[in-house]
Amino acid sequence: MDSFFIVTSLLKIVGILFVVILPMVSYSVYAERRVSAFIQDRPGPNRVGPAGLLQPVADMFKLLLKEDFTPRNVNTFYYWLAPCLAMMPAIITIAVVPFGSTLFGVPMVIADVNVGILFVFAIASLGVYGIVIAGWASNSKYPFLGGIRSSSQMISYELSLGLAVIPVFLLVGNLRLTSVVQYQIEHGWFIAPFVGDWVNPWKWLLAIPMIISFAVFMVAIFAETNRLPFDLPEAEQELAGGYHTEYSSMKFALFFLGEYAAMITGSAIIVTLFFGGWHFPGIPNGSHGWIFGVINIAVFFAKIAAIIFVFMWVRWTLPRFRWDQLMRLGWLFFFEIALVNIFIVAAIMAYLPGK
Amino acid sequence: MTTREGEIVCALGFVIRASSFIRHWSLVIRHSNMAITVRRPKLNWRERMYLPAIVAGLAITIKHFKNMLFGRTKVTMQYPEQKWDDSLPDHYRGAPALVRDEDGRVRCVACQLCEFICPPRAIKIIPGEIPSIDRFAKVEKYPEEFDIDMIRCIFCGMCEEVCPEQAIFLRKDYVITGFTRADMIHHKKKLLEIGGVMHGVVLKWNEKK
Repeated sequence: MDSFFIVTSLLKIVGILFVVILPMVSYSVYAERRVSAFIQDRPGPNRVGPAGLLQPVADMFKLLLKEDFTPRNVNTFYYWLAPCLAMMPAIITIAVVPFGSTLFGVPMVIADVNVGILFVFAIASLGVYGIVIAGWASNSKYPFLGGIRSSSQMISYELSLGLAVIPVFLLVGNLRLTSVVQYQIEHGWFIAPFVGDWVNPWKWLLAIPMIISFAVFMVAIFAETNRLPFDLPEAEQELAGGYHTEYSSMKFALFFLGEYAAMITGSAIIVTLFFGGWHFPGIPNGSHGWIFGVINIAVFFAKIAAIIFVFMWVRWTLPRFRWDQLMRLGWLFFFEIALVNIFIVAAIMAYLPGK
Repeated sequence: MTTREGEIVCALGFVIRASSFIRHWSLVIRHSNMAITVRRPKLNWRERMYLPAIVAGLAITIKHFKNMLFGRTKVTMQYPEQKWDDSLPDHYRGAPALVRDEDGRVRCVACQLCEFICPPRAIKIIPGEIPSIDRFAKVEKYPEEFDIDMIRCIFCGMCEEVCPEQAIFLRKDYVITGFTRADMIHHKKKLLEIGGVMHGVVLKWNEKK
């Protein structure tokens, strides 16, 4: 391992985490409040700084200065462990996502592992432990119910999440996320797989299963990140906040920010798998000059922002599902659709000339 | 036999309006402890699919978002910068206040009518005597203390209505704040400060008369 690799990796980690992801997390909280306000015909937070842009800073100070209260009957070790576990997986997952082409010849991905998507699923499903442990350690009925709900929801939706991406990897041929992006640059984004070769009718036929795949994946990500309409683990009205009922101060903030970090990571995965990652038609990659490398990174995060807006838009439109509806939707609907979808793609691929 | 719409012909030939018929029977049902089964509406396949409803909902919310973003939605005013003050109607009932006349005399003659009429008993007056050497000796009384408890005041305006001297008025001040309960009691000084001078129509205490 040469020192150049170590230094650039460290720079990428620090840069992407502290310059992009963490500010993005705190500003997505602000964006959530503004978007919800606009949807409900209110101005939203507009006092702190110009247009309320310093609101996340004020929020941070508020949360840091609040009393960090530990209830007496909690299991202290797990009670303290849970918030860390909630925040961590979301941030780790971003390591394998290619967030840009190259910058000064350095590939813009922290760890280009050849089991990319497996790594994502393995780590992302750890996110449930934070919630379950929080629910258990709080020693209170509402967090407990929230934890139970979260675990069963995760199990139900992780299945369709995994099955929904298999068509993508059937086409690409390996699990490396950089090659997914490369394939999309050559053959068109997976949301519109016919773009690269539009005279080929099989490519047009491929669009249908890819859109189904995208829809199932998107819904499953909603469920994975505990966003409305699937936010049953923290159902405010039924469970008084669910798993984080007993948490205060910065521990609560870690849950809160962990949810948004998971949302950003989920959006990053969606963008990478279906929207061509950092690619935008007409913009060359980083080998044509560092400015294009920067633009590629900007394109990637702009796409993430757009997906996050959709997350918020859906949240402030749809009411929460009932528990049995959620389970039925997951097991009887999305699971089957995703499963059949794999066979459809496989059948099309059997006749797809030249892949 | 033909009937108009909304009428039901009973077996005995009575004609009852449908609405009263239903009201009657619903009362019977309510009093007989019968369980009423509300039949769920039968959904067609398009409604069961749930997706058109989602799309319609998303369209509504994005419309609101868009209108708000381009400033087409009229929202509530930004309070500390914008205030109602200019657009308050003349009959607005804000904080009650005492006024002085053009000679600088407190117009209140401490008759205590407002104290008696005040529904929440917010007003407390201690009358004092005007010495005979005073220019306004014939007024006889003045309020030595005049306290209005703004925690109790309900802004009904009865004090203003009952006052024979036109000495107490409800002004347009609505921001009445304080850190303690004692702060919220308006003493005579504060009341006169809000009230100011009023050139009124009651001139009976003018010495020229």
